[in-house]
Amino acid sequence: MVQLNIVIMIFSNILIYFVVIPLVMLGCLFLCRNMNQIRTVAVVGSTALVALSVYLVFDFLHLRAAGADAIMLYTGSWMWFEPLNIHLAVGVDGISVAMLLLSAIIVFAGTFASWKIEPLPKDFFLWLILLSTGVFGFFISIDLFTMFMFYEVALIPMYLLIGLWGTGRKEYSAMKLTLMLMGGSAFLLLGILGIYYHSAPEGGQLTMNLLEISANDAIDHNWQYFLFPMTFVGFGVLGAMFPFHTWSPDGHASAPTAVSMLHAGVLMKLGGYGCFRVAIYLMPFAANELAWIFLILTGISVVYGAFSACVQNDLKYINAYSSVSHCGLVLFAILMLNTTAMTGAVMQMLSHGLMTALFFALIGMIYGRTHTRDIRMMGGLMKIMPFLAVCYVIAGMASLGLPGLSGFVAEMTIFVGSFQHTDLFHRAFTIAACCSIVITAVYILRVVGKLLYGPVYDEHHLTLTDAKWWERLATVTLIVCVAGIGCFPGWINDMLHDSFLPIIEVLTK
Amino acid sequence: MMSIFILCIPLCMFLILGLFGKYMPHKVAGILGTLGMGVTMVLAYTVALTYFFSGSPEFINEAGERLQVVLFNYDWLQFTDKLVIRLGFLLDPISALLLVVITTVSFMVHLYSNGYMRDHHGVWETGFQRFYAFLSLFSFSMLGLVVATNIFQMYIFWELVGASSFLLIGFYYVKPSAVAACKKAFIVTRFADLGFLLGILALSFYGAKYGNFNFDFTSLTSSAVAGAANVFQIDLSTAEAVKNTFLNSPAPTFLGASVLTWALVLIFMGGMGKSAMLPLHIWLPDAMEGPTPVSALIHAATMVVAGVYLVARLFPLYLMETAALEIIVIVGALTALYAAMVACVQIDIKRVLAFSTISQIAFMMVSLGVARPEFHHGVGYMAGMFHLFTHAMFKALLFLCAGALIHAIGSNDYTAMHGLRKYMPVTHITFLIGCLAIAGIIPFAGFFSKDEILTACFGNSMLWYIWMSFVAGLTAFYMFRLYYLIFWWKEHKIPEGHHAPHDQAWTMTVPLVFLAAVSCVAGFVPFGNLVTWNGHPMFDSMSFFTNLEHLNWSVAAVSLAVAVVAILIATVMYKKENPAPARMKAALPALWRWCYHRFYWDELYLFITRNIIFDRICKPIAWFDRHIIDGTMDMFAAVTQRASLAIKGLQSGNVQFYVWLYLVGALLMATVVWICLL
Repeated sequence: MVQLNIVIMIFSNILIYFVVIPLVMLGCLFLCRNMNQIRTVAVVGSTALVALSVYLVFDFLHLRAAGADAIMLYTGSWMWFEPLNIHLAVGVDGISVAMLLLSAIIVFAGTFASWKIEPLPKDFFLWLILLSTGVFGFFISIDLFTMFMFYEVALIPMYLLIGLWGTGRKEYSAMKLTLMLMGGSAFLLLGILGIYYHSAPEGGQLTMNLLEISANDAIDHNWQYFLFPMTFVGFGVLGAMFPFHTWSPDGHASAPTAVSMLHAGVLMKLGGYGCFRVAIYLMPFAANELAWIFLILTGISVVYGAFSACVQNDLKYINAYSSVSHCGLVLFAILMLNTTAMTGAVMQMLSHGLMTALFFALIGMIYGRTHTRDIRMMGGLMKIMPFLAVCYVIAGMASLGLPGLSGFVAEMTIFVGSFQHTDLFHRAFTIAACCSIVITAVYILRVVGKLLYGPVYDEHHLTLTDAKWWERLATVTLIVCVAGIGCFPGWINDMLHDSFLPIIEVLTK
Repeated sequence: MMSIFILCIPLCMFLILGLFGKYMPHKVAGILGTLGMGVTMVLAYTVALTYFFSGSPEFINEAGERLQVVLFNYDWLQFTDKLVIRLGFLLDPISALLLVVITTVSFMVHLYSNGYMRDHHGVWETGFQRFYAFLSLFSFSMLGLVVATNIFQMYIFWELVGASSFLLIGFYYVKPSAVAACKKAFIVTRFADLGFLLGILALSFYGAKYGNFNFDFTSLTSSAVAGAANVFQIDLSTAEAVKNTFLNSPAPTFLGASVLTWALVLIFMGGMGKSAMLPLHIWLPDAMEGPTPVSALIHAATMVVAGVYLVARLFPLYLMETAALEIIVIVGALTALYAAMVACVQIDIKRVLAFSTISQIAFMMVSLGVARPEFHHGVGYMAGMFHLFTHAMFKALLFLCAGALIHAIGSNDYTAMHGLRKYMPVTHITFLIGCLAIAGIIPFAGFFSKDEILTACFGNSMLWYIWMSFVAGLTAFYMFRLYYLIFWWKEHKIPEGHHAPHDQAWTMTVPLVFLAAVSCVAGFVPFGNLVTWNGHPMFDSMSFFTNLEHLNWSVAAVSLAVAVVAILIATVMYKKENPAPARMKAALPALWRWCYHRFYWDELYLFITRNIIFDRICKPIAWFDRHIIDGTMDMFAAVTQRASLAIKGLQSGNVQFYVWLYLVGALLMATVVWICLL
């Protein structure tokens, strides 16, 4: 009977449904017999997730407005494995809520983007939903072990998804991506174990709970010097930090559309989120001391990714390098260690997630028609498929930071935040990062000019058709979100503001 | 609340035409766009006239000084406690002036495009609705820019006008030259905007950290008027406080110049990009690839003066750092001369007008740069704004005339025109009025504004006075060269089976006549009483003849003489077909070639971007990434694979082999142990 009580308690927590819904979807998918049933399950499930996350946003804002000032809301913690004190511990702050919303939207759009997936649609969706289970689980967890577990759940399906449904050198890319990310997790696991064994003062109960570890503040400074780089690099690999980013171009280029969307849109955000939640929050001393090393690496990512994107000819490579640049900016901003820049970092995660998903969706749709991703082999698509081309221009404009779309809000917040440091080192890197917005304009307009504008390159392309309704739905959803954030950024700011206070507090202690 | 509709109507038009335009008949879209802009124009006129002439105490104080009113201001994005981006509406002399200019020219262009964007058989241009949607987007952005209450709002709309300019230049997106031009325009201005952004960051950072000011213009240049929360007055003591904040900060200088100078010069860099100042001018001549009405609206009358407007907006701050003003004068003067020289030899009539625009905007910049409060209440500021106003009218007129010519002839090239005066009388007369106005012949608009600019230069230094007078002479020369080459030179030959070119439909004629009429009388607007740097009127009374009464006749006589002489030279050289131009070309071949090739700036930029940035930076980086970084990662995998291949043979399953290995191993270990024990 005690067991039943716990089950009821678990299911009375709203957050747990972010994992339950995908699991139910998995169950239903097993029973599906045909494509229509698969689609129904996917659409109903992802719509439910979107609805749930939107509700969560409103409720969260409402609770905060009503004066709930705990670090995490909706917390719950249930013992899972007693000998190591592992809990299923959940809780969210503004950052996690933002990430949950992002993930739900991208899963929703990804469902429509893979409307006609072939072959083995059922298996594809199974793995895709398993992947999203991992993602959602990661964002709601506040127990290091559960977090790590969900992290791995999100990584493994990637191998199969790319290896089976990918294009080009798919086995190579799938292996490369998985191995590099696994390498990252090895560092991470080491870091997490280290944190666990120093999580409590001498003689205290060791714990995996983030909040407790932070409150105990027991990791001594020498250990922080070791554990901070471990965890930061571990998550940084996923965040495509230079020089561990090379999985990204190959991986994205080979992945099927929805997987690219989910991967660039959400999975890379796991990296940023983890750096922030684990590396910086738990090891504030080392974060202050060692930030400069990673600032150099991420600063390089920002400029280097942008320059590399300028000369690529494969659309997916362009976007992958652009992601290296934009995600580099996320980590860069986090390392500025002040509220404004960190707010900008989360906004950039949201913004990059949405617009890069949009990009990959559009690239997938264009590739599905022209069967090439080489921009030298295409031209004048604006005339052939105006809807997709206009969406591509909008995505491009968001990427180069046009006001009214999400990129601008995020980048400006980051730059204003980064500029708060007065020393020459930070100044120089901030200015270098600012310069990347010009380079971004160069590579975006290069694609727009070559791919969309200009005369039609290939006569055979003239017979191609424009977007179908499901493709329109996927892109329009993402565009509305991009424009929504770009025009009304206020609520994100409200949502995030309180979340940074505890982090800034430990950093300045 | 009328003011908010000035912004809302164009935005709604953009959304309606952009989303549903393709389901509308062309005519409906055209009428809808034009009507929307018409209503906006009426609203803007009402607001501006109320501001200037109602005499209400929130607009003008007892001393007759014009005040700044913040009509509304919403928090949009909060960065830190002090740094907030607000979106609002600031009404003051220059924003009211720009409201009038933008809505007038925009409405005329909307009306004109109804005729221009269809061919002689009345067939509509493809993408007609899209064209009106983009025009509305541009109008919205430009209006948002001029009414900005804070520098970040200005930056936001600054980027939006850049984007709408990109979309409109690339309107004929199938044409490779248009595609190249729109990319170039966007990237060049984007580069300039980087400077603007860094300037804003520097300014606001120091402001918020060490002082008490933020992004708001009113906190940078004005002080609040007692008794009203939203009324401000331009106040030099605020600008001084800003300067002192910078001076008292821990690091007041950077690389030998004060940080405030750096910030202001960087902000000016943004202005240089948008206003096409040397060396960031290269995009504007190419921007002529867009439809001609767009050139008239964006690349002659409104967007390109945004840089001038930006400097005028922050003028009290620039007064604090005269070094920055000196830079503005030098850049402006060089640009003015350069563009005027280049304009003298171009063949494409739109390019001539484009270079003329660059040169005229440089006049405004110089005017702002030489303005000092000590000299005639800062006449340079007033003159710059005055010239902005008159130039917008006559340059829009000239461009729309050029559009009519291109529409009739089907070519941008004056060699295809010649002797058109008989066929297109309306265009001929209105173009002539435009030329007289820009040349500065009394009583046309340009005469008064240019005269004030030269007066301001005169008060600053003799060098700039002579320099700018010379450029004014060149202006008169190249404009009349163009005029004669289009309408005179030799008789027009009509090829067999072609119709004679003729004047245009009423939708195109009405804007021409209206703008020509404005160009005739705009010079009499008593600007000295309406727009001054601190709102203080220059003269006690105002009437239709104020400008004539206060003319500096010595300057005016000289500039008039210069213009007349230049026009006479142009008449001698170009009125009838004669060998004089060819002889001049032969006499100065090097100069002619350099001018014709625009001093090879484009080639220089092409070299930098293609050969240095692409080939020397991007490609090596991409190669490094694929071969060194990724190669290292692949090497780890390869080493692992090699190693496992190498030791794979050990797991052979052959028991004798295992035993043999065991024995060898045991012996080796025993030896080691034995040696250690010894």
